[in-house]
Amino acid sequence: MSAISIDKSLIGHAPGDPVYLDYQATTPCDPRVLDKMLPWFTLRFGNPHSRNHAYGWAAEEAVELAREQVAAIIGADSKEIIFTSGATESNNLALRGAALFNKDRKNHIVTVVTEHKCVLDTCRHLEQEGFSVTYLPVQTNGLIDLAQLEAAITDQTVIVSVMGVNNEIGVIQPLAEIGAICRKKGALFHTDCAQAVGKIPLDVNAMNIDLMSISGHKIYGPKGIGALYVRRRPRVRLVPMITGGGQERGFRSGTLPTPLCVGLGEACAIAKVEMVEEAAHLKFLSQRLLDGLKAKLPEIYVNGDLEHRIPGNLNISFAFVEGEGLMMGVKGLAVSSGSACTSASLEPSYVLRALGVDVEMAHTSLRFGFGRFTTEADIDYAIDHVIEAVSHLREMSPLWEMHLAGVDIKSIQWAEH
Amino acid sequence: MAYSEKVLDHYEHPRNVGSLATDETDVGTGLVGAPACGDVMKLQIKVSAEGIIEDAKFKTFGCGSAIASSSLVTEWVKGKTLDEAAQIKNTDIAQELALPPVKIHCSVLAEDAIKAAIADYRKKHAHD
Ligand SMILES: Cc1ncc(COP(=O)(O)O)c(C=O)c1O
Repeated sequence: MSAISIDKSLIGHAPGDPVYLDYQATTPCDPRVLDKMLPWFTLRFGNPHSRNHAYGWAAEEAVELAREQVAAIIGADSKEIIFTSGATESNNLALRGAALFNKDRKNHIVTVVTEHKCVLDTCRHLEQEGFSVTYLPVQTNGLIDLAQLEAAITDQTVIVSVMGVNNEIGVIQPLAEIGAICRKKGALFHTDCAQAVGKIPLDVNAMNIDLMSISGHKIYGPKGIGALYVRRRPRVRLVPMITGGGQERGFRSGTLPTPLCVGLGEACAIAKVEMVEEAAHLKFLSQRLLDGLKAKLPEIYVNGDLEHRIPGNLNISFAFVEGEGLMMGVKGLAVSSGSACTSASLEPSYVLRALGVDVEMAHTSLRFGFGRFTTEADIDYAIDHVIEAVSHLREMSPLWEMHLAGVDIKSIQWAEH
Repeated sequence: MAYSEKVLDHYEHPRNVGSLATDETDVGTGLVGAPACGDVMKLQIKVSAEGIIEDAKFKTFGCGSAIASSSLVTEWVKGKTLDEAAQIKNTDIAQELALPPVKIHCSVLAEDAIKAAIADYRKKHAHD
C-alpha cells in the first residue's frame, strides 16, 4: 500500500465541528481504504459468486484478497474468515451458533459482566432457551480473575466468551492465558475483538482462540462489515443464523458486499503495517492528556487498569461534577459519558459499576477515545476545554463545596429518588 | 440531547450561584437529591424581617436541565413571600425551560429544593 501522507486536519474535522474524541464508538474511514473501495461500486460491480464471467471473477479475487488481509492480522488462514455485517452479527453467530450446535451435549456458557451488550443480550436469549450462563465479575482494574474463570468452566461448558479490549474502559484481557485455560478444559474460546484488532498484536494460534469477532468501523474501515474467525483445526462447528445460498462455507448466506470486504481487508492491511508506530503516537497523546488534566484538576481518576489498556482510550471520573452536565460544558469535543443521563435507562454505566466504581463516581465519567487522525493540537484543545468546564461546574457543585469543607459525602443521609 | 435555548442560557450564565451562611437565622437551606442518582441541589434563601425573600443562591451537581431548573428558581423566588414561593410548581419550571419528559425530574427536584429551604427557615423560626 502507498504511504500517502494524509492531511489529518481534514479528517473528522470539518470547520466548526467539535474535535472527535470518540474513537471507540466508531472511526472515520481511512481515505486509503475508501480509495480501494470505490472501483468496486461502479466499474467492477460484479457478484463475487458469479462463476460465469469476468465481472464475477474480478470481484471474487478482490474478496479473497481481502479475506487474506483479514486473516493475516490475526495469524489465521484465509479459509477461516467469514464475512459478516459487523461484530454484532459475528458475536451472535459465534455464541448462538456454537451453543445450538452443541445443545445435545452441553448447555453452559461462561462470559463476563463487562462484555458488550450484543454478547450479554445474546446470552440472555440463550438462557431463555434453556442454556445456563455464568457471568464472571471483574476485578477493580476491569480484568477477570483467571482462577475464577478456570473454576467456572465445567464439563458442560460449551463456550467461553471474553472480549479482547473493553469498549468503555479500554482494558485488555489476558487472552493467551484465557485461551490456554479453555483449551485445557475442553471449552471453545470466543473473543469479541471489535476493539482489539489493529490495536494490539493478536495471534489465534498462540492464544488458542477458536472464534473471534471483528468489526470494520472500529479500525478505520467502513461500517456494515465485519468478520468472524472460525477455527478449522480442530474444526469448530456452528449452526448458521442466516441461511440461503450457502456462501461463506454455509456459515453465512448472502451475496458478499465486495466494496465493504475490500475496505475491511485494506483497513487490516494498513493496521498491520502501522500498528506499532500508531500505538506509540497514541501512548504519547494519552500521557499528554492525562498529565495536562492532572496538572490543573485534583480528584480525577482513570477507570480501568492503567497498564493493560489500549493507548487510545482514557475513561476518567471527574469527582463532584456530573457527566452529562460536563458533556454540555465540553461542547467543542465529541466524547461519550458513563453518566446515566445520557442513556435511556437512567442507570450509570454497567461497566463502571462492575469495576466497583461508586454510583456517584460512575455519574462523573467521560470516555476519551482517540486514534489515527487525532493531533497533538486536538489533545491540547481538549485539555484546556475540559479544565475550564470542570472548574466551572465544580464552582457550582454543592458536593465540591462539601468536599473542600472536609465533609464526607458518604456520611450524609441522601434521600434517593 | 438537544437543549432548549433557555436551558442553555441558564447553563452558560447561571444566575445566583453561591452560598449563604447556613447558620444565620435569616437563611433557610434546602439540600435535595442524591449523588448516586446524579443530581443534588442546594438552594438557599435569605428572608427579610417582613417575610420577603430578598436573596437566593444555589449550587447544583447535575445535568444541564438540573442546573437550569435551580438557577431559574432562584430568580423566581426573589421578592416573593414564603407562601408565594411555596406555590411554585414543577410544571411551571418544566414549561418555562421546555424540558423534555425524561428531564421532568429535574424540575421536581427544584420544587423540592425551594420547599425544603422554606421548611428549614420556618423550623428556625418555629418559636418566634
Ligand atoms: C466491544 C464491541 N463489540 C461489538 C460491537 C458491535 O460492533 P458492530 O457495530 O460492528 O456490530 C462494538 C461496537 O459498538 C464493540 O465496541
